[in-house]
Amino acid sequence: MTAVATRERAKLASRRGKVIPTAILLIGAAYCLVPVLWVFTATTKAPRELFTTFSFLPGTGLFENLSELFSYGGGQYGLWALNSILYAGIGGVVSTFVSTMAGYALAKYEFKGRNLIFYSILGGVLIPGITLAIPQYLLLSQVGLAGGYLSVLLPLIISPFGIYLSRVYASSAVPQDMIEAARLDGASEVMTFLRIGLPMMVPGMVTVFMLQFVGIWNNFLLPFIMLSDQNSYPLTVGLYTLLARGSGSPALYSVAISGAAVSVIPLILLMLFLQRFWRLDLLSGGLKG
Amino acid sequence: MTATTAHRAAPGAPAAGTPAVKPARRRRRSTTLFAPYIFVAPAVVLFVLFMLVPIIYAAYLSFTAYRLEGGGILGTRVQVFAGFENYIAVFTDPTLLTGFRNLAIYGLISVPITLGLALLFALLLDLPSARAKRFSQTAIFIPYAVPGVIAALLWGFMYLPSTSPFSFITKALGWGTIPFLDNPGIYGALANIAVWGGVGFNMIIIYTSLRGIPEEIYEAARLDGAGEVAIALRIKIPMAIPALVLTGIFSLIGTLQLYGEPTTLKPMTDVISQTWVPLMTIYRNAFLTDDLSGAAALSVVLAVGTIALSGLVLWLTNRRSSGASK
Repeated sequence: MTAVATRERAKLASRRGKVIPTAILLIGAAYCLVPVLWVFTATTKAPRELFTTFSFLPGTGLFENLSELFSYGGGQYGLWALNSILYAGIGGVVSTFVSTMAGYALAKYEFKGRNLIFYSILGGVLIPGITLAIPQYLLLSQVGLAGGYLSVLLPLIISPFGIYLSRVYASSAVPQDMIEAARLDGASEVMTFLRIGLPMMVPGMVTVFMLQFVGIWNNFLLPFIMLSDQNSYPLTVGLYTLLARGSGSPALYSVAISGAAVSVIPLILLMLFLQRFWRLDLLSGGLKG
Repeated sequence: MTATTAHRAAPGAPAAGTPAVKPARRRRRSTTLFAPYIFVAPAVVLFVLFMLVPIIYAAYLSFTAYRLEGGGILGTRVQVFAGFENYIAVFTDPTLLTGFRNLAIYGLISVPITLGLALLFALLLDLPSARAKRFSQTAIFIPYAVPGVIAALLWGFMYLPSTSPFSFITKALGWGTIPFLDNPGIYGALANIAVWGGVGFNMIIIYTSLRGIPEEIYEAARLDGAGEVAIALRIKIPMAIPALVLTGIFSLIGTLQLYGEPTTLKPMTDVISQTWVPLMTIYRNAFLTDDLSGAAALSVVLAVGTIALSGLVLWLTNRRSSGASK
């Protein structure tokens, strides 16, 4: 009797041990998905419906909204999206290579000034963006670069965190023996890096690229300060100006909402795709080293 | 000499004969000497140009002021040394103190909730018995891909009485709209945007550190009769402390840099002023009221404050963990 009762209780406890954690996780998932669902349903609504129908019911204005969005300001939305891809894509790739090279050198060579360089760059993680953005703007306007594409691209290439991660990754993923072996075979240092170091660092590079890509894509402050020509805005600044102007005329709300919805799609897809390749354990393991 | 030049001309041929060996080795040593500098050069140059020089320039600006010299309309603006004048102005400016107060309230709500939820979700993902993990993990991580400004825009419309789904329900029930964008509500509203955007990323960092804990430790604890809750409290959380410190410092830096979200919500509400958080004050000083020195001084204060706070967090946690190991 008692044995059966205990077994029953154990079974109940294990079921509860399964249901409660799963339920909490699903609530968390719902919390994170609701605004995304909301913006997609809101995109299907004609401007009138936005204020009158219940939020999660789809409306009838999807195509109207999209054509409104892409014709806004003579097709500015398309330009903004293109600019975002350009800034985040080019900036991410260049930044990844700069970080990888620096991280490889800092992990694999003993040289004078190594610690000074490493710790100065690492200190840069702590500097708030705006502290830099205003003097960067003043300095770049003195050399005539402020307002151009380069004024947004150049300051974002240096990534202290990317260099830190690359160093951590290089020291664990590139065995010193292989570098020595390549040297004995007569390969130059640059060749050793390109043939041995670089291929072994690819998973780390994907992680750095993703972090940089998302970081630049999400950046608002720097382009907001640097750029004055609406045609070179990225999506974040563009949609902000659209919303700021829309506060006077709610008709622009639909355009802003559709713009937000469309801008969210590519990044979510990219992240779902790259999720399996990146090594975020670098971030948590990094602090021990 | 000839051997070296010949060797230099054909670097791909290592077996150039015995006489070449000695100079080749010397050459090898000198390139190994220079190679790391070549690899770090782009990073160092960019670091100096876009971080070091701007910081020094900001520090320099913060000690200067523009004064009108000569009289009346014909007076010219001259840059003069101003000592700590700008810093005194920073610390006595009442709008700035309000800004720091707003930031503190916002941070005290958003940081503990973000980290607490991230830790909770990470622990649940690490439970062998939980289901739907892959889906939940991906869903909770998705907001990370949404820029802060866009997140503020999404939530802003979900707060705005005329478009809010929550207010739609309360209105239907006859309770009126929910004052998300009015005065005490705005702190929660902004903190919620930060929690929404930050939970997933922090969850992944903590979760990956939990997965690094060797399985044998749990088996030993389970044999001793420890339940999952006890394992989480006694083993997992202490082992995840480095990850928690890391996420804590990131959240702290993120909090101090709050700018885009309140700026985005500003057109939707009256309670967010032009100087609602310190960064908004910096922007106003630099670009709207043309007070560059004041903006520079405040930037320096904020940078030093961030470094000091992060250092304090690191120092406190180091002291605690080294005390525990003794």
